[in-house]
Order: sequence, then structure tokens, then C-alpha cells
Amino acid sequence: MIDALYQKDVMRLAASAKGAGKLPTPTATVTVDNPLCGDRVTFDVVMDADKRIQEVAHTVKGCVLCQASASVIGAEAKGETAESLNAVRDTLRGMLKSGATAPTDGKWAALVAFAPVSGHKSRHECVLLPFEAVIQAAKKP
Amino acid sequence: MTLHRPTPSGPGPQKPLFDVAAVRAQFPILATLIHGKVPLHYLDNAATTQVPDYVLDAVRRHDATSRANVKRGVHTLAEMATDAYAAARTKMAQYLNAFDEREIIFTSGTTSAINLVANAFGATLAAGDEVIVSELEHHSNLVPWQLLKARAGIKLKAIPVTDEGRIDVAALPRLVTDRTRLIAVTHVSNVTGAITDVAAVVRAARSVGARVLLDGAQRASHGPLDVQALGVDFYAVSGHKMFGPSGVGALWGRGEILEVLPPFLGGGEMIRTVTLQESTWADVPARFEAGTPPITQAVGLGAAIDWMETIDNVAAAAHTAKLADRVLAGLRALGNRGVRVIGPANMERRVPVIAFAVDGAHPHDICQMLDSHGVALRGGHHCAQPFHERNNLAGTSRASLALYNTDADVDAFLNGLDDALSKLT
Repeated sequence: MIDALYQKDVMRLAASAKGAGKLPTPTATVTVDNPLCGDRVTFDVVMDADKRIQEVAHTVKGCVLCQASASVIGAEAKGETAESLNAVRDTLRGMLKSGATAPTDGKWAALVAFAPVSGHKSRHECVLLPFEAVIQAAKKP
Repeated sequence: MTLHRPTPSGPGPQKPLFDVAAVRAQFPILATLIHGKVPLHYLDNAATTQVPDYVLDAVRRHDATSRANVKRGVHTLAEMATDAYAAARTKMAQYLNAFDEREIIFTSGTTSAINLVANAFGATLAAGDEVIVSELEHHSNLVPWQLLKARAGIKLKAIPVTDEGRIDVAALPRLVTDRTRLIAVTHVSNVTGAITDVAAVVRAARSVGARVLLDGAQRASHGPLDVQALGVDFYAVSGHKMFGPSGVGALWGRGEILEVLPPFLGGGEMIRTVTLQESTWADVPARFEAGTPPITQAVGLGAAIDWMETIDNVAAAAHTAKLADRVLAGLRALGNRGVRVIGPANMERRVPVIAFAVDGAHPHDICQMLDSHGVALRGGHHCAQPFHERNNLAGTSRASLALYNTDADVDAFLNGLDDALSKLT
């Protein structure tokens, strides 16, 4: 069970830390905290005129799951809008809550690595927190 | 208040020599297999202690034979429930060595006890009056005072913490002023396990005529207390951290202080008379127990106190200290792999609550991996964010021991941690 939670894909995603760091001139920066554990995720974004993410970077003070989730966003969020990221998050939340279909769409297929987290309710927020941060950043006027 | 000293409520169970195997046999949950295969090694006692059969049986017996509301009925069950609730109050008064059993107010736990003081005692404070807390506090002894600050304009000050994780009482003389009304600090830290130098706190408070509140949540499971000897004014405890049920705790307050405080919550048995426009208040403790109290839970807490009185506390403390020494030594030995204890390095003036940080590994990941070994730890900020911020830590992992823990629990913890480090760092 634990090996599934910390399978190689998740460890690799966390270690790759795609998008880790800060943007020199973000159009928006949002920090969100997990009040249960104190984890903190900050996302910098540069939005284009169509409200699509042009550049993205993150700073994560959190667990492996949180780091891995932020890494997927760092790799895939360019070109997304707040609404489209919201839809990805809803699919991800469904997968975590009820084991619903994983997001198998090519771009976000890496999120299937989090399917084993479904059985660990206390860890769902670890995966979802980076999405909360990037969505808030993308929405910011 | 005319003194009504607590009197013994009858013999509890017989007191045998301390035998950890015999103690463990009384806790059915300790036989649990985690994930259906590995034995439970429960090291999360600072969050919640487990409950012995004696308490489980008392709770069931009360609800099966004496369940009724208290104080307001004349029928037989109401009398039985009222007597049982009163007996629980007497037991708590004895456990804390209160001056008078009416100084015991049942609450839902330590948090509600401190909120009660922040509201009732807080109502007597004026803008500019000072309450002193510390950087080591659980949020439950911080947020109620922040709410009071927003409500009444009091000034909130904090005693710094030493690098060893102790409240730095040496800083108190320069913090107290003639506007200081209360020093509210933890008796034992829920992160570092450090025992506060209460005498120094009381001295500083008395030098300016201030009161002292102790958050006793982490101290209460480690043997009887003596609020008279401590010399404080308020003491708060939680049932679920002292082998009793959740949903119940107690506030002890000096009678002469409680008697002149206004109520916090209104309704139920806290009144003397009620008209459509105004009410007058019952005497203590009823004044502070609005609504139906946690009756069954209080009876269970009374049983937990009876059960604790069957334990040889000196032997139990020596047993847990020996195990804690092993935990501390094991963590020290992992220092070259990024492990460091957050708190005192040895068992001097501390309880067996041991937090540690690991460079490059998050507490949640460590705790999750330890769970696969059957080891229950707590990871995170432990509701002590200011202390973790001070130490530039997102969180820590915490192993906290109780008298039913064994060498096998320590072995499982150290082996599991070794495994987690090999995977995470």
C-alpha cells in the first residue's frame, strides 16, 4: 500500500521539480497554506492577453505528494486558463475521492500517479493544494 | 466560597505493581493489526491516549444503567446520573488537588476551558491590559487571546523560547508590567515535551499582581497534579489525553476568582432566575456549565482518574523515561542522516514527547511511511505554528510515549525511520 503511494513515478515527479523557482516579473503571485499541516505553496504566473498562462513557477514547502503535484503543473500549465485548470482539478478530485476515472488526457496523464492516494483521505489536500494556488494565481486580475 | 473539600469517592480498582504487559492487556486497541498484518505501535499519545477496558466499561455501564439528564430530574435515573456526574467532579478535584470540588468546571476539553477563561476572565480586562503567552503555545492557548485582543483591545505579549525548546522564563521580568493581568502558558510543550518552570512564571505574575493560567493538556496523563503547590490560578485539561473519553475536559480555577466572574455561555442550569429581560446567575461551577454537560464523558473521565490511581506513577515514569532515552539516543545516532531532535536533548525536565526534523524529508512522508510499519506518529505543525516558524520549520514529526509503550514500539519506530530515510533522503 505504502509502496503504491510512494511509487517511482511520484518520487520522480517530485525530484524533477519542474517549474520550481520564481519568475522575475510575474503578473500574479499567490501563496496558499494547508492549515492542517502548515504546508505552503506559492505560484508565480505570467498571463497573456487571452488569460492563458504564459509562464509558471512554484515554490513548495511541503511533502513529496505536494511537490510532485506542483511539478506536474510546472510541466503542463502553460497555455491553460483558470477555467481549464479548474476542470483538471475537478477530475483529479474525483479520482481521489471516489476512485473515478483518472485524467488520461495526454497532457495531464501524469496525474494518474496519484491514484493510490485515493485511499488516504488525509493526503488528498497535499495533491490538491498546488492546483488551488495556480488557479487562484490565474484568476487574479 | 465555603470550602467543600473533595472527599474520597470510594475505592477504585486495586493497585498492583507496575507491569507493562498487564497494563497493555487492559487496552484492547493495542492488539490491533495495522493494514491487517503489522502490530500497532502507538506513539501518538500527545494527540490522544488510548482507553483501558476499565473506562470503556464505565462509559457503557453508565449509559446502560444510569443515563439521564443531570440536576433537573427527581426520578431515579436522574438522581443516579447526577450522583455519577458529581462523583466525576470530585475525582477531578482530587486528581488536581483543588481547594474545593466546586472549582472544577467540566468543559469539552482544554480548548474550551481556555476559551472560557478568555471570555469570563477576559470580560474583566480593559483596553491596554496585557496578557502574556509564549512562542511555544498550542494554538488553543493563543487564538482565544487574539480574539480577546480584537474584542477588548488588550495587548498580547509573548515570552520567547530558548534554542532548547523551553519557555525562556528569564525574559519574564522585562515583559511584565503593572498592566499585566494574566500569564497564560503551557505546563508541558506538546512539541518539545519541555516542562515549564512554573515557579518562575508564578513569581513574575505575582510581582505585578497578575494571574496565571496553565495549559495542562500534555501534563495530565503523567500522574496526579497539585494546583495548590503550583500556585497558579487556572488549570485546563482534556479527558482524551488522560486515558478518558473525548469531548470532555476540565477547567480548575481558584474559587475566589471564579465566584466574581461573569458567565461565558448562557442557558440551561447556569441561571438562578430568568425573566424576559434579564437573568441572574447560578453559583460556580453551574454558572460556567451552560446546557447539558458531557455527562457520560465526565463519568468516563472519572473512571480514567480511578484507573490512573491504580498505577505506580514513579515506576511508570521511570519506564517511559527509559524508552524515551532510547528514542532520543536513536535519533541522535541518525544525526549524520539529517535527523535532529527539536527540543531538549535528554529527559531532564521534560516528558516523553519527542519532536524531530529530517533534512530533505517532510514529516507527512515520514509519518506515512512509519504507518506502513504499524507505527503511529504525528507530523505537521502540531498546532504550534509560531514555534515552527521561529525554527524555520514547515513541521516536525513527533513520537509521544505513554506508560503502555514497550521496547518493541521503540524498535519498530527506529527501524521504520531508518527505512523511511533510505527511501526519502
